[in-house]
Order: sequence, then C-alpha cells, then structure tokens
Amino acid sequence: MPLRHPQLNEHGRLRHLLTIEGLPRELIHHILDTAATFVGVSDRDVKKVPLLRGKSVFNLFFENSTRTRTTFEIAAKRLSADVVNLNINTSSTSKGESLLDTIDNLVAMHADMFVVRHAESGAPFLIAQHIDATRGRGHVHVVNAGDGRHAHPTQGLLDMYTIRHFKGDFTGLTVAIVGDVLHSRVARSDIHALTTLGVPEVRVIGPHTLLPGALEQMGVRVFTDMRAGLRGVDVVIMLRLQNERMRGALLPSAQEYFKHYGLTQEKLALAAPDCIVMHPGPMNRGVEIESAVADGPQSVILDQVTFGIATRMAVMSILAQS
Amino acid sequence: MRLSVLNGRVVDPASGLDRQADVHIADGHIVAIGRAPAGFEAERALRADGLVVAPGLVDLAARLREPGFEYKATLESEMGAALAGGVTSLACPPDTDPPLDEPGLVEMLKYRARGLDQARLYPLGALTVGLAGEKITEMAELAEAGCVGFSQAGVPIVDTQVLLRAMQYARTFGFTVWLRPEDPHLARGGIAHAGEVAARLGLAGIPVVAETVALHTILELVRLTGCRVHLCRLSSAAGLELVRRAKAEGLPVSADAAVHHLHLVDVDIGYFDSHYRVDPPFRAVRDREAIRAALADGTLDAICSDHTPVDDDSKQLPFAEAEPGCTALELLLPLTLKWAHETRTALPAALARITCGSSAVLGLGDEAGHLRTGSRADLCVFDPEQHWTVTRESLLSQGRHTPYLGMELDGRVRMTLVDGRVVFER
Repeated sequence: MPLRHPQLNEHGRLRHLLTIEGLPRELIHHILDTAATFVGVSDRDVKKVPLLRGKSVFNLFFENSTRTRTTFEIAAKRLSADVVNLNINTSSTSKGESLLDTIDNLVAMHADMFVVRHAESGAPFLIAQHIDATRGRGHVHVVNAGDGRHAHPTQGLLDMYTIRHFKGDFTGLTVAIVGDVLHSRVARSDIHALTTLGVPEVRVIGPHTLLPGALEQMGVRVFTDMRAGLRGVDVVIMLRLQNERMRGALLPSAQEYFKHYGLTQEKLALAAPDCIVMHPGPMNRGVEIESAVADGPQSVILDQVTFGIATRMAVMSILAQS
Repeated sequence: MRLSVLNGRVVDPASGLDRQADVHIADGHIVAIGRAPAGFEAERALRADGLVVAPGLVDLAARLREPGFEYKATLESEMGAALAGGVTSLACPPDTDPPLDEPGLVEMLKYRARGLDQARLYPLGALTVGLAGEKITEMAELAEAGCVGFSQAGVPIVDTQVLLRAMQYARTFGFTVWLRPEDPHLARGGIAHAGEVAARLGLAGIPVVAETVALHTILELVRLTGCRVHLCRLSSAAGLELVRRAKAEGLPVSADAAVHHLHLVDVDIGYFDSHYRVDPPFRAVRDREAIRAALADGTLDAICSDHTPVDDDSKQLPFAEAEPGCTALELLLPLTLKWAHETRTALPAALARITCGSSAVLGLGDEAGHLRTGSRADLCVFDPEQHWTVTRESLLSQGRHTPYLGMELDGRVRMTLVDGRVVFER
C-alpha cells in the first residue's frame, strides 16, 4: 500500500480528487472558499472566467448520468475549458478494449483532466494510479464523478457548501442521512466530509437491509426508526432509492418504504424548526420524499444544484493549478 | 545415480528429526542419513552448508491452467515454478476448461506432466459433470485415471441433494471430497470481507456466515454419510471453530488455509489494489489470528499455496472486475517461514504443514512429504536466511500478480530434487 494518498502530490496538494476520505479539513474549506468566489460568476451576463482556457476536460462516463455529466460540462465551460464527452459504455469497452488501453489513448490525445464516472468502486483510483505510474504524457488530473458505491466527492463537497451556506458553522450540528446507505456513494462522501469538518453527530437512518454492517466505525449513529433519528436534527440529507432495490429481497414495496422512511411534513416537524432538507437528485417523489417537503420552505434542493456548479468549478481550478 | 547432500540441517517433520547430517541417495531413494552405507560411493556430492534439507513440499492447491487457460499459464511454466518453490508434489483442482470430469482429460494431463518429468501431479477430479452441480461424475473411473479426490474447486453446489448424493457415492468407494465452504446465496455478488473496510470502500461484502452456513451443511452431511471431506481455504475465526468442534467430535474431516491468509487482512486492500482480490476474501485481523491459532492446535492440517496464475488483462481492472487469485507456488515456503518466525513456531512443526501434513490429506502416506531412510528422494534444499525481493522478474510462474510484489522475504530454495535427481538449482 502506498504511504502517500494517491490523490495528493508530494507537497500534500490536490493532484486528483478521488475521495473525501483523508482530505484535511483545511483543504475542504479551501475548496468551499474557492467555490464561494465562483457562485457569482453564474449570475453575470458573461458567465465565464478564463482559468482553464486552452485546457481539455474529458468527461469519461462509463456509466450513464446525464445530470452529473451536464453539471461538470457547464462548470468546465464556465472556466473556459474545451469539453469532450465520452460515453464509454457504449463505445470502446464493448469493442473489447481494456479500461487502461482506453485511458492510454485518451492521455495520448493530450487531455488535461478526466472526469470519471464508473459503476465499480475504486475505478478512478486505478485510472489515477495508472496515469501516475506511466507518467508518459504530461499530468492528467482525475476527478471522481462517482464510482460504484464508494465515493462521489464533488457531491459531498457541494453538500458541505450548502450546509455551510445555510448554517454557517459545522461544529454544533446534528445531521441525518436517510435511506439506501448501503448502495450510496453520496452517503459515504457526506459521512467523511461531515466527520472531518467536525460535525459532532452524524446519524444514518434506514432499514437494516440498506445499512452496511460496521457502519458505526465510520463515526455515525445508526437509527432504524426514522422518527427517533430525525428528532432535533439541523440537516436532513435524503438519499435516492433506486427502483431496482424493490426487485430483490431488500425491500417489499415502495409504499411500505415511503411509510417508514419517506420524508413527510409530519416527520420533518420532529427536526429542529430551521432544519434544511437536502437531496442529491434525481428525486423519487412519493418514494423517499413527498412533494410538499421537496417543494417546501425548508427544501434547499435547487440551491444544491446551483452550488454544485460552483463547487465543481472550484475543484477543477484548484487541480489545474497544482 | 548416487549422490550425497552434505552437511545440511536435515529436517523430517513427520519424525521430528532435526540435525546436521549428510543425506545419501541411490536409485531415487534415501539410503542413509548420517554415515554413508558401507561401500556407498557418491557420483555427485552437493554441499548444503548453512542450508536446510527438507522433504520436497506438497501443495494441496496449484492451478496449472491446463487445459483451457494456456494464455494465463502452461504446465511447463507452472511445473517449473513449482520446482523453483521447492514443491515436488502438487494437487491441481479441476477448474480447467473443460473441467477434469472425464478420465481422458485426466490421463492427458498426467501424460503431459510425466513428459515434463518434473514435480508429481495429483489431479483432483470434478465432483459433478462440468462442475455444474447437477450430475455426479464417474468417480471410480476418474480415480483409475489418477484422481486422488473429488472437488468442486471454487464452484459451490447449489442443490444440497446433489451434494448429499455426491458424498454418498464418494463414500461408497472411500474417496475424499474436497469442498470450499461458501454458501452461494450469501456470497452472491460479494468481492471483499463484509466488514469495516468493505463498508468504507463501497465494496459488496462476503459475510462470515457465507462460510459458517456452508460448513454447517457440509458437516451435517458428513455426519449422515460418513464421507471423508477435506475443507479447503478456511478464512474465518467462526468457521475454524466449527472445524475444531467437528474434529473433536471425531468427524472424518481435514482442513487447509491458503498461505496468504496467514498474513494478509482486508485493510491491506488499501486503495482498491486488485492484487488483494482473492477467494475467499482476506478477512479481519481476528480471523487471521484464528487461522494462526488453528495451525498451532492442528485444526488446520495444512497450508496450501492456492496458486492461481492470472494474466495482466484480467488483473489490471477495477477491484470488483479483476479476476481473483494470485501466483504463489514460489512464495509458499518463504511465507510459511515468515509465519513460523512471527509465531515462534519451530521449523519442523512449520514445515509439517506443507509436507507430511498435506501428504496425509492427499492420502499419500510415505509417498511424499517424508525424509527418512527408504523414502523417495524428493528434497527441498533451501537457505532460510536468504533475503530476496519479490519482483515480476524473480518469478518463474507465468502469473506475475501477487500482493507481495516489491516486498522482501526471507528463505529461498537453492536446490530441488525429485527421485534423487537435481531438477532445480539456483
């Protein structure tokens, strides 16, 4: 096992963004501070800054996600980068080309940054370590845009930006993450970010079939009763429940799930009065959240989308400078 | 051919022999340890000063990848790796392509191995046709062709009735059934030990109950049928406790663990290093300690290499997509010595787990794993102190993937003898 985290360079600066786990608190705040400077850019008439002019950002999506790809594309374009979108599950791998051969070819096209989405946990680590080991052509930065169940660091960072925006300080908060933690890369990234930033109580709420064992060792309190888990919380992060979870033996039905783990106004009333409601999107209304809450005054779900662009601009600009 | 191995530290784990002595060999057998017989004149004298002279190692699980996977490894490359690792007898599991489920395939493999004239090959036949878990094989025919036991390799039998019938049939002829205990449903989709590391890395878990539930089933069927079963690749503390109790009860079972599992745990996966992708998965520290304790108290009879050559294209993939397994024939001895050193296990007791212990599991008796007057002159002569670094270039196996790449180990084979012939020298 390498001693240095593969996402940091020899000076401890960010070379790739692969996971929030192990990122120093100061570095997270630096990213959030940088994001704050970009929030205004999107409100201007000319929504562009020239920080990545002449750079090529390749969106490598081995798993489809229109929304995440679009937000990265917008962020890169607002930094004046050239953007190339590749949906690789439909092109080269089906022709039998190996993942690392694909990467070697794209590196040879003089990419500056890869934004990688992959269905398998750890795939962006493999890509980043391969690039660092071969070092053939320049230094391509890798941004993890979601790998399997493992991590979605830019989502975690934009969630932290949102919480900081509305709550100011992390050190007095109680935050609850509700739903399918087992399959959620967002939950893992949020847990690492929240514990690193000093949130004293992080709760996860869900049925045992959707909670991995050994979760407490990540520094969270586990609740299976949503009402008990929501009591007094300042932030609720709802997780998306994919329909395919209903097909196996994890859950009996969407109806029963909604009854016990769906966020309703009635349940939200148990939280602190100024509790904010977050969701990484896309939402399943009536499965994990009711419309009255999603569209209600405590919802900051659309703010998350706006801040997501600024956060991704911050990550890309910091990487381009390292 | 007569030769003498002079002044080595001669260790025979079965008898407890451990002393400085000469070993004299004639016509493929050991004729004396210590003073040469009257009139004995060696044609060749091999100096073994500072070296250990042990029985050739006996490995219970070495995948040679023939037939079917010659792009991963060949009989030539892997038999060469065996000798370089001091292994002179090895059992190969039947998960080839096609699987070893017909006498003709086994005869062909034995014929090819004989042609190479190197290590002794003991094939395990498939327990069910095509390893599909539906129809039992012609075990008696396969045994005549040279199979020493019957196995499903890593493919579990889903239908418990088929497993029962297979064990009843094997019992009829006194054959041993080799099973790796893993419930296929509980392990489904899993790629790493279900624990803190898998939860953190977002890897689907294989829980310990996948092993214990399967063990409960197998042990109940052993009670019912009286079939002798060898339990392969135990990985968990809870599983070993079940085996310990089964042995205390007097059930006809034996058990092994893979040599890597004496050392590595799930935390070692690090940042998704696919070299650590193995079946069964590396588990928690307490499981590793339980494996070590089980070797000490005899719950585990043997350590095996679980040698699995994997080609680069199948390994350089995201963790979940990478093919499980690692090359290990050449690491069996140094990793066994490392365990012995760390646990202060005496050398003869440590070597017993890779010589006479594994020979007994195979039912070979004196045929392998022993070093005494009259036994076959299969020897492993090694320098226990020699320090070396594991690199792709240092390995003869065609499989170059092991968690130990780049690491330093002590203990290197210097000479390997089969039937009194020097077949490997370094």
